Amino acid sequence: MELAIEARDLRKTYPPDVTALDGLSLSVAAGTIFGLLGPNGAGKSTTVRVLSTLSRPDSGSARVAGIDVLAAPVRVRHAIGVVGQKHGSDPEATGRENLVLQGEFYGITGRELKQRVAASLERFGLADAADRRVKTYSGGMQRRLDIAMGLLHRPRVLFLDEPTTGLDPEARVSMWREIERLAGEELMTILLTTHHLEEADKLASQLAIIDRGRVVVEGTPERLKNDLKGDAIQIELADRQGAVARVALERVTEIGEIKLEGRTLRARAQDGGAAIPAVLAALDAHGVRAASVTLARPSLDDVYLRYAGRAFQQAQTEPEEVAA
Amino acid sequence: MTPLRQSWQVTMRGIRVFLRNPAYLAMTLTQPIIWLLLFGALFKAVIRIPGFHGGSYIDFLTPGIIVMLAVSSAGWTGMGLIEDIHGGVMDRLLVAPVWRGALNAGNVAYAALMIVIQTVLIVLLALALGANYTGGVGGVLVLILVAALLGAAFASLSNGVAMLARQREALIGAVTMVLLPLTFLSTALMQESLVPGWIRTLAKFNPVNWAVEAGRSAAMQKIDWGLVGSRVGLLVVLTLACGTFATRAFTKYQQSL
Repeated sequence: MELAIEARDLRKTYPPDVTALDGLSLSVAAGTIFGLLGPNGAGKSTTVRVLSTLSRPDSGSARVAGIDVLAAPVRVRHAIGVVGQKHGSDPEATGRENLVLQGEFYGITGRELKQRVAASLERFGLADAADRRVKTYSGGMQRRLDIAMGLLHRPRVLFLDEPTTGLDPEARVSMWREIERLAGEELMTILLTTHHLEEADKLASQLAIIDRGRVVVEGTPERLKNDLKGDAIQIELADRQGAVARVALERVTEIGEIKLEGRTLRARAQDGGAAIPAVLAALDAHGVRAASVTLARPSLDDVYLRYAGRAFQQAQTEPEEVAA
Repeated sequence: MTPLRQSWQVTMRGIRVFLRNPAYLAMTLTQPIIWLLLFGALFKAVIRIPGFHGGSYIDFLTPGIIVMLAVSSAGWTGMGLIEDIHGGVMDRLLVAPVWRGALNAGNVAYAALMIVIQTVLIVLLALALGANYTGGVGGVLVLILVAALLGAAFASLSNGVAMLARQREALIGAVTMVLLPLTFLSTALMQESLVPGWIRTLAKFNPVNWAVEAGRSAAMQKIDWGLVGSRVGLLVVLTLACGTFATRAFTKYQQSL
């Protein structure tokens, strides 16, 4: 298997003592969409910055498109395209001007550049707006321009750092279609970071879940979900009786992997439907009142909970790390 | 070739913004007029000071005002980079295989171009007010050159500070802190023999004064080639040093990411 991205034991600390990467390792096969999934501050953007030569790790090594990012950053820059979290386009320039500037910086000039820019505007549905200033573009149009700019020099590896953040649902779905088309038509490797579980599930053929600067689990979305074996049961308690409820549920043989967060209890069961009566009976016997019980097929949220040891939503709102 | 092409692209970016924003355009063009008229009115009496022998007030003040305006305009150059950093443009530029020097040089060339435009405006306006360019067209060209060189040096400094500090407030602080002292520690607004001795001593090391002396000598007086040559030489060295500093600041910025 040819590897498009290979990262070994990347570490990076921001002063005073924020650990952004804590021994992160990754392998991405050429020609695939790889999803890097994690809450804000997990280290996704730092990973992209290091792999795209924008910043240097404190230690560790990485190769992108077969080139060492630390030893030959300029060669890596020629081989990669980067679509950052923020808009990278110049709002005062038109779409066409942005693309021309981008092409010039990658050494594409003259007629070749003109043709590529025109084709790119056409392809991303920006031909009509090509000569309007970018500050008049909608969020979706700006994002398409960002991607057009990242692709203009035909990179072998494309980094998409949270490509749908800030887009409305409609624009998000059309962006997903665009990314799928990219992977299908061009033989390109895409590293996609996201904190949308749904997005990772839909787009990526391979996933790594990262938390606190390291990969906690890696695999195909299907495999990760199958590994969980069984259904997720979620119980909302009526009162603050988490500890008691936990003790009660630990005696129920039908369920396992009980996790408590505030008033929410989560557990896994081979057959969720059959386990619920036993769960309710056990809670009742300990005088615990359940406000609601839900049963769900495993989702990536459950995968995340299992490997990162906390629910995605909760990790998302923890303020301990900077979202840099 | 490529570094030049890339720098030119960056310069073009600035020129486009300039041409497309009427308010910005209007401000850039009216600023020289206001400065010349205000300073001219304020310092009109300078020629009546005993010991003053600089000719008419407009002859004396024009080079000083040109140089002041050059430093002031150039000082804000880094603002564009701070915008780029906050807007995400900078990161996109830095992951491209573009020469870091072009990101500075292109901006500096744009700043120098603006200064040349403003300088030409002041020169013409002063002419209308009765300035007497003893040095002729050649002398005026030297005046424009020193203004552009000094402006280029300060534009680089501004870019460097912007990349290191990344905060508008820090750049505003730096510009305001530097601008007035450098102007007042020079002969921009007052004849050398009339300023206190300690200012005269400090002025020898002040780039603003190098530009004022060279520009005034070339355009307004009987040209002193030794003076002009040495001051232009110093300004060239300063411009290159500041350019190097700014280019390194881009690397420094990246190291902090």
